[in-house]
Amino acid sequence: MDEIDKTIINHLQKGFPICAAPYRQVARELGIDEANLLLRLETLLDDGVLTRFGPMYHAQQMGGALTLAALQVPEQRFAEITEIVNAFPEVAHNYARNHVLNMWFVLATERPEQVDAVIAAITAQTGLSVFNMPRISEYYVGLQLEA
Amino acid sequence: MQLDEIDRKIIQATQAGLPLVAEPYQAIAQQLGLTAELVMQRLVLMQADGVIRRIGAVPNHYKLGYRYNGMTVWDVADTHIDRLGAQVAGLNFVSHCYQRPRHLPDWPYNLFAMIHSKTEQEAERQIAVIAAMLGENARQHEVLYSSKILKKTGLRIAG
Repeated sequence: MDEIDKTIINHLQKGFPICAAPYRQVARELGIDEANLLLRLETLLDDGVLTRFGPMYHAQQMGGALTLAALQVPEQRFAEITEIVNAFPEVAHNYARNHVLNMWFVLATERPEQVDAVIAAITAQTGLSVFNMPRISEYYVGLQLEA
Repeated sequence: MQLDEIDRKIIQATQAGLPLVAEPYQAIAQQLGLTAELVMQRLVLMQADGVIRRIGAVPNHYKLGYRYNGMTVWDVADTHIDRLGAQVAGLNFVSHCYQRPRHLPDWPYNLFAMIHSKTEQEAERQIAVIAAMLGENARQHEVLYSSKILKKTGLRIAG
């Protein structure tokens, strides 16, 4: 990853235009050519430096629901439970964390009632209690990591 | 916002990512049998309504050197949480800040603030700043660092 890659990552975390040739517009803003930008983006995605590039949809604004949930997974079952949880398309993110509650995942569903259904299904398939922690208030969301 | 079938098709076609071609919206339009103008118009509307938070790049924290991704959780009196939550959210190193329900007795924490650092020292400094801001209003706290990304796809709606 060189300085141009870092500039691309920082710039594209802020947004991306909706116009006929958006990469050309971004490339011009960054002072590189379009083919170079496209190639670098492809490499950053292939290498996993970027996990995704595109629209980020907000489940709640779509009329759906979003929640954070946690599990206490016995160490010897961690791989098995990870597979069960990740198989649900409603699981948008899942992180291992250093705590007794060692698996934390975000559910994003298209309809509000799906949250309870998915939690019930995860409980049934894992035999573990799910700690459901839907947000009560949102004070701030604005993740941007400087490369 | 009420989404129609066209919006849903556009969401399904773009939720995994935008095509890396010169005219990506045209490429999506072609795939869906729509015009590029309509696809762009719907994306603009969905962005204006907050259905699209933003169009852009999502980095892997670890690959950018952010090894200390901590979910700091605090047990704060409910009567003060909105004021304190807003204060913590104002710190420039806090990326997300929420009030969430306690699950007593296992989980006494109701204020969640995410931090991201390249060094342990920096993470500890950030936690100390939050602790100082909350003072005696925080009865106890913990920091849960992520040790592994198990999944990071973002929202997916079914076809």
